[in-house]
Order: sequence, then structure tokens, then C-alpha cells
Amino acid sequence: MLNRISAISFNTFREAVRDRVLYNLVFFAILMVGAALLFGQISVGIHLIVLVNLGLTAISIFGVVIAIFIGIGLVSKEIEKRTLYTVLARPVRRWEFILGKFFGLVGTLVVNTFFMALGFFAGVLYLAHTLSRQDVSLLVALYFIVLQFVIVTAIALLFSSFSSPLLSAVFTFSLFIIGTFAEDLRSFAAIAQGPAKWIATAAAHLVPNFSALNVISSVAHHQPVAGSLIAYNSAYALLYATFAIAAAALIFEYRDLK
Amino acid sequence: MNYRRQVACALAAVMLVSLAGSVILLREIDRMREGATLEEVLYIPSPKVLKAMSLGYTGLAADIYWTRVIQYFGEKHRAKAQQYQLLAPLLDITTTLDPHLIVAFQFGSTFLAQKPPEGAGQPEKAVALIERGIRENPDTWQLYYELGFLQYMELHNPAAAARTFERGSKIPHAHPFLKILAAAMAQHAGERELARMLWTTTYETTEDAMIKQNAFKHLRALKVDDDVLHLEQIVDIFKTRTGRTPQNVAELVQAGLLRGIPLDPLGHPYKIVDGRVEVEDRNALPFITKGLPPNVKSEFLQLDKTVEKQ
Repeated sequence: MLNRISAISFNTFREAVRDRVLYNLVFFAILMVGAALLFGQISVGIHLIVLVNLGLTAISIFGVVIAIFIGIGLVSKEIEKRTLYTVLARPVRRWEFILGKFFGLVGTLVVNTFFMALGFFAGVLYLAHTLSRQDVSLLVALYFIVLQFVIVTAIALLFSSFSSPLLSAVFTFSLFIIGTFAEDLRSFAAIAQGPAKWIATAAAHLVPNFSALNVISSVAHHQPVAGSLIAYNSAYALLYATFAIAAAALIFEYRDLK
Repeated sequence: MNYRRQVACALAAVMLVSLAGSVILLREIDRMREGATLEEVLYIPSPKVLKAMSLGYTGLAADIYWTRVIQYFGEKHRAKAQQYQLLAPLLDITTTLDPHLIVAFQFGSTFLAQKPPEGAGQPEKAVALIERGIRENPDTWQLYYELGFLQYMELHNPAAAARTFERGSKIPHAHPFLKILAAAMAQHAGERELARMLWTTTYETTEDAMIKQNAFKHLRALKVDDDVLHLEQIVDIFKTRTGRTPQNVAELVQAGLLRGIPLDPLGHPYKIVDGRVEVEDRNALPFITKGLPPNVKSEFLQLDKTVEKQ
């Protein structure tokens, strides 16, 4: 089972790396970090803050875009090219296929983030001339960004298991935007009354919570991130991605592929 | 059970467990990050930067920030806070993002002006906010009313308030009461009478239940103050006639000075303690300045001192 999942993952990774869009996006991410360096030089007193904000935001946005645009095509592309039938003709379970695709894209994103992070830290080193212990919080922010990608990939895969690529992209991007304001949604639920309160509370707990995963502003100001938040966010991302992947696998299990 | 059904059951179970787990974790994360969204305003305090960052969707961004204002004010108000540091910057951001969000100017200025714990106790900032609202929305008579209200009630400047009400009354479709208020201010009518006029106008014109209730509580407090003053005069007459202080209100009725036992707006009879007229339940009657025990000052006066000490 593990062999089959890892084979699908590796193929997904290889296919994604071959994809030109991926390289273009990484190129743009590096461009953004370069722009941060330039902007950092003309922003009196806050050059490092600007670099951290812009660099981490660029990494996050480009990663999410990659996760969405590759994630929505993971299933539909295989059906379109008819390669799915060849895969499923072998002793591969449908849920194994979904899981393999998920790990493949997450792996791609981790590798991408790693290279973008290298560029980002080079920028920090260039401006600050040294790395301090406080910069560990930057690693935490990067880790949270990867957790964000894990959830976005799972959601994109969920939508792509039953919808067209275009609609999947719209749904995933919308959910990402809503999830970014999840804490505001819960605040709204807290002050709402009557049926609106129940609807808002349910919606606020069902949508993915991306706001707690965004610590870019606070790490830019050298605010430490609590260890318990790291643990809770990790567990949350894992559980939410599990939920979305299980839903995707369930839908895909019953999907008529004829 | 066939294989597909087994897989489906297992996946459904995984879905349920993971969703339940994520909701539980989310509640814990929220508890840990209480107020974190609001604190983020400190990181990007410039409304102009936020306006640029909202990529033209300033209306939506303003609505989000207005929700944050309400949330912040609500939490602080519930906790009877003495300081509302983020209120002014949050309102500044909200109204810069959408300068036509009238409610933010109206309610925001009230939140800023009222003394702690009812508000931030920053009447100057409240006036500055509402004046900016008038500059951006010169045809909205409600903003002139709010400004005049603040100038009279918080800044104690009836001349300025009269000028503001006068300006507001000239706006098409302005509430006719603005002219009366302008005239009353100019004639230097009694303080309590003016306060009653202002709160009555607020009560009648607002569509917001919270503001309406606040106006109602102020009007009720004014009624109590009037009642207590009247009863104190009757107590003085009783003392002059009998040479002693009455022990209770019933004695005033027996002496023919009152037709019956007077009740406060909550339905409780007023009482006489050591010759002073007091209300039965002072905690249920906020904003009253009369009818309190001698060691208890008006809620506002007491809070003024607390703030001074800090």
C-alpha cells in the first residue's frame, strides 16, 4: 500500500516539477523578494520589517496559487488524459490514488517553499548582516505557511474530485479568502443573535481557519510564537486536511468514471 | 459488506472524527489568540497603507473593520474597562476606508465620548471624528445633531452646540427638532431641560436598539433626578412645618404634602433615610445623580476620580 501511494506521490511531484507554470511562479516569488530588498532600502527604519512582510507574504501567496492551480487538475487531468484508467487498472485503490496525489503536491510545495525560503533568508542576511535567535520565529512563520498549503491542497483536491477545474479553482480560492477572515467570522457569530448566530457559528467552524496560521505581521515585529500555538496549529491542519482528503476519497470512490 | 462499502464507512468515520477534532482544536486556538485579530491593528496602524492594501475593495475592508470596532467596544464595555486604546485607531481606519459609513461616525463618536466604562472618555477625539464625518458627508443632518450633542453634553459648550444645530437645521430634510434645539441652546435653557430634549431626540430618531435603550436609560435617570429634587423640596416644607425630619414617605402623605407614595421608574417607592430622599435600587438606575446615599457619588463622578488616580 505504501509503495503504491509513494509511487503516485513521486509521479505527481515529477509532473509538477516539469510544469512550466510552477517555475514561472517560483520566478515571480524570487522577483518579489528582490523587490522587497529594493523597497527595504528606501523605507527608513523599517527595511527589515518590510522585507519580512513582503517576503513571507509572497511565499504564502505564490504557494497558495500553486496549490490551487495544480491541485484542481490533479484528478481531472488524469481523467482527461485517460491515464487514470491505466493507474486504476493496476491494483491501486481509489483512495490510495487520492492520498498519493495529495502527498505528491504537498511534497512539491515543501520543496518550492524550501527554495523560496533560501532566497528569503539570503535577503534577511543581506539586510541584517547576521541572523539572530529571534529569527527562529521566521521559521515558525514558514512552517505555518506550509501548513496553510497542506489545507489548501486538500481542499483543492476535494473540489477537483467532483467539480470542473475552473469551478474547483473558484471554490478553493473563495474558501481560502473566507478562511483568512475566519476569526472575524467567529467574532461576527459571537455578536450576532437568533438564527444568524447559529448559521454564522456553524459556518465559522466549518471553514478552514487560516487566520491563526498567519503570523507574518507578528514575527516581522519579533513577537515570539507560543509553542502551544505551534502544536495546536499543526494538529488542526492535520485534522482539517484529513477531513478534506477523506471527503475527496469518499466522493471519488463513488464517482462514475466510465 | 462489500469492499467499497467498507471503505466508505471507514472514510466517513475518519471525516467525522477529524472534523470534530478540528472544531475542538479551533476553539482552543481561539482561546489562545483572544483579541489577536484586533491587536494586529497595531502592526499596520496607517489607514492610508491599509487603503492601498485593500486593492480597491475599501467598502468591504471598512465593513470588516467596523465589525472589529463593535467587537472591541463590546468586549471592553462588558469588562467595564477603564481604557479603550484601540478604539480611536480602529475608527480612524474604518472611516478612512469608507468615509461614507455614517454609522461609524455616529456610533463611533458616542463610543469615544462617553466616560469609562461606558466609553473611551475621549470627547475631543469624538468631536474630531464627527467633524471629519461632516466634511465627508456635509448633507447628513444626523452628523450635525451628533456633533451638537457632543459639544453640549461632553464639552459643555452650548454656544458651539447652538451653531452646529443651526447649521444642521438648514440641510434639506433635516429633523425639525434641530431648529428647536438651536433656539433652546441660544436662549440658555435649563441644563436638565436641554439634556431631556437631546435624549428625547436621540430616542425618537435612532433606529438602533442599543442607542435607543441608552437614551431611554438617560431619560429615566433625568426623571429620577427631577423626582428626588421635588421630594427634597417637600421634605424641607415638612421640616419647616413640624420642626423635625420625616422618617418615611408615608409621613409626607399623612401630612397632606403628597397624594400617594411616589414610585421611581422601576416601580419601587422612594425612601427617606436620615432626612434624605433615596432610590431603592441605585444599581438598576444608571446615570442618576440624585437619590444616592451620601457616601456614594454619581457613577460618573466616581469614575472620573478613578481615572485621575491612574
